[in-house]
Amino acid sequence: MKFGTVDISAVLIGAVWGAIWMIVTGIVLMLVSGLIVSPLVGLAALAGAICGFVFLMLQFRFGRALTAIGALTILVLVLFALLSLGQPFGVGLDQKTLYQLVAMVLWAGLTALSIGMCLLGYQSGSAKRYRMELLLIRLLKGLAFVFFTIIVVLPFYVMLMTSFKSQQSLLANPLDFSIDFGQGFESLFRSYVELFTQYHFGSFLMNTAFVSVCTVIITLAFAIPGAYAVARLRFPGQAFLSRSILLIYMVPAIVLVIPLYAVFSQLGLRNSLTGLLIVYPATTIPVALYMLQGYFRGLPSELEDAGLMDGLSRLGVIAKITMPLSLPALASVALYVFMIAWNEFLFAFMFLDDLDLFTLSRGVVSLNSSEVPRQHLMAGAVVATVPVLAIFLWFERFLVAGLTAGSVKG
Amino acid sequence: MTDTSIPQPPKHTGALANREKRLAYAMLIPTFLIVIGIVLGPLLANFWISFKPVELADLRAAQTLSNERLRPRPEVAGEEVVLQYRIRNSSQKEPIQNVVMQDTIPVGLALTLNDSRCTLDGQSLNCAFGTIEAAGRFNLEIPAVVDQTYLDAGERPRDHKAVFTGDSENILTSFEFTLDNFRKIFSSDDFWSVLRVSLYYTVFGTLGALVLGLFAAQILNTAFKGRNVLRGLFLFPYVAPVIAVAFAWVLLLDAGPGGTFNAMLMQMGAVEGPINFLGQRHVAISILGFTFNFPMALTTVIAFEAWRYFPLSFLFILARMQSISTDMYEAAEIDGATPLQQFWYLSLPQLLGILSVLFLLRFIWTFNKFDDIFLLTGGAAGTRTLTVDVYEQAFAVSNLGAGAAVAVVVFIVLLFFALIFFKFSPQDEG
Repeated sequence: MKFGTVDISAVLIGAVWGAIWMIVTGIVLMLVSGLIVSPLVGLAALAGAICGFVFLMLQFRFGRALTAIGALTILVLVLFALLSLGQPFGVGLDQKTLYQLVAMVLWAGLTALSIGMCLLGYQSGSAKRYRMELLLIRLLKGLAFVFFTIIVVLPFYVMLMTSFKSQQSLLANPLDFSIDFGQGFESLFRSYVELFTQYHFGSFLMNTAFVSVCTVIITLAFAIPGAYAVARLRFPGQAFLSRSILLIYMVPAIVLVIPLYAVFSQLGLRNSLTGLLIVYPATTIPVALYMLQGYFRGLPSELEDAGLMDGLSRLGVIAKITMPLSLPALASVALYVFMIAWNEFLFAFMFLDDLDLFTLSRGVVSLNSSEVPRQHLMAGAVVATVPVLAIFLWFERFLVAGLTAGSVKG
Repeated sequence: MTDTSIPQPPKHTGALANREKRLAYAMLIPTFLIVIGIVLGPLLANFWISFKPVELADLRAAQTLSNERLRPRPEVAGEEVVLQYRIRNSSQKEPIQNVVMQDTIPVGLALTLNDSRCTLDGQSLNCAFGTIEAAGRFNLEIPAVVDQTYLDAGERPRDHKAVFTGDSENILTSFEFTLDNFRKIFSSDDFWSVLRVSLYYTVFGTLGALVLGLFAAQILNTAFKGRNVLRGLFLFPYVAPVIAVAFAWVLLLDAGPGGTFNAMLMQMGAVEGPINFLGQRHVAISILGFTFNFPMALTTVIAFEAWRYFPLSFLFILARMQSISTDMYEAAEIDGATPLQQFWYLSLPQLLGILSVLFLLRFIWTFNKFDDIFLLTGGAAGTRTLTVDVYEQAFAVSNLGAGAAVAVVVFIVLLFFALIFFKFSPQDEG
């Protein structure tokens, strides 16, 4: 038998996956169980390298790749257990035994699976450039999966888990995010209870919901007729408007904030939700109008002509024909505007002084002080995040379609 | 020469077209009004303010304040006392013109008017003081005699507050202009470094988000189980409120005790001591004998920007990739093109349009960004961009005029970029 480029690649791929999964499972073990570990990354790479090579040899002996991966999992597990002298994560197995065992099996399974998915269909020997590049791309894609999942999940996980901890345990071991269910419901959710009883988060939540929903309603009330006019009616300046409306969205909020602060202060609108309800729609209407007019243009105008023929007025046509037909677009615009209003920080921060009027953005910022423990800050962040994420997941399909169809952002 | 025998289309607009036009304007007028009022108006107002010597305190209009009392405290009827008003202008900068005071005198107090500025009409005292200078103060003293009714009625001068009217010039609406704001910001040492930081942040933040988005789109372009779940998950950084994710990262990267990321790195043996990701301006790094200062906090802030906005570019790039016809790739396969060649010679040219549009939009929006840096570092440790500088000047230093001047610079730089982009951007997309 002659070894070639594929064999070298298999060994390298195995080593990479062994090391990567050791780091990942080590960190996960640390965060979940609270055990201080120092994973043996080098040994894991060695075990992975051997497995990569063995998989290459084995995969056509077994009938199915899945069987090969299963066999490999067991092999790598045993191999690594032997290599690490029974201390896979650098600490004795007697501590948190169950967690360590689960993490071990997880590591072995993931390593074997990743190696299997990369090397599926490859045989020992040399391969052409095409096949070698395919191998490289499989490896890179796998690494990218791990990378993106970690960078997206980690902050949210830390945010959620910190909110359940106490200040002392956070400072004692910042890596321990295990949840002690033994302490009881009340103690676990103490940060949240205190936010709602002592820090007025109930009223912040209501204010934010009120402002966001009103912004959506006002925006749609302004943007639907406007978008219809731009999309369907002929008037001088129509072409110019349909192209330039989005330019309004390029004006930075920070440039508007000083004059608005000055004028709203003198008009008494500054420290009020009404002030926000004037500013928010003004920033969302142009983008809503732009998204909607694009959608309205795509609707067949014959339907509307038929409605006009049958004696409906223009407004009747909009209400009875155009709007029902564009429900998906309306939903995506509404969701998008809701998100902007819910997450808005700058104007809420500049305008609101009274605790009764705070929105969640403003309220969470007020928690960012040395007197407030950090689990409260994170609990506040969770309270601000959960509603908007829940609504987003519920309507995700609409939002994704609407955002890309209208070609806009935020 | 036109042949008059051939009927020409009418040149004027018909009644129906006129009606349509009017309807269109009626439907657009609410949008026009709010956009002019809240966006275009303030934009112009910002230019106006940038040429004015206005501070945060000037937003409160100048007022005349007074304190009145009777000296000495009367005890018997017929006692001679003095009714004293202590009057001052609340503003340190603005005079108040045509000041008129109106007050109601308690019953039983007989005033002896010795001041030509005042007139007495029954119980009502009216005084015209003319102009009170900025921060000016003076006392008005009127001799008086109390009688028994005053002592019995129990009504005291303070029971009626003196009411003042007057014209103070509002600095915001006056025609007093100055170039001091611009002189101040351009002569400060910080300005050029702030501008440079802004450009670094914008360019690298935009590129980072774009490159991450391109990679994320690559891995989600093939169909597999759970792809929709993963796509939703990848959008989280963009959908979640900025305050939540910014503070989560601040705690995660904390250099003090309790900082998870540093504890993780130290546990892994990657670093010896904690790294102050958000608080340290420079870290000296030596490679191959060359030592250079790595801008730590700025890099962290740029990484956050890329993290938060990669979902957006990923979404657009993915949508574009899924609309590329597969025929091309099949033809390329037959011709023996390798996967990397296919990506480089087929996918990338197809994506160039959306990539350049995304670059343009993200560039402008990143340049406009304020929240992220403000929440992460507050502009400290070499991360102060122009937008954070607007806030610092206007509200932290309380100099609205200087803040507005920086905002003008922001707008002009933006306009400059927009012009460049629209000149060179491809015409087929966006």
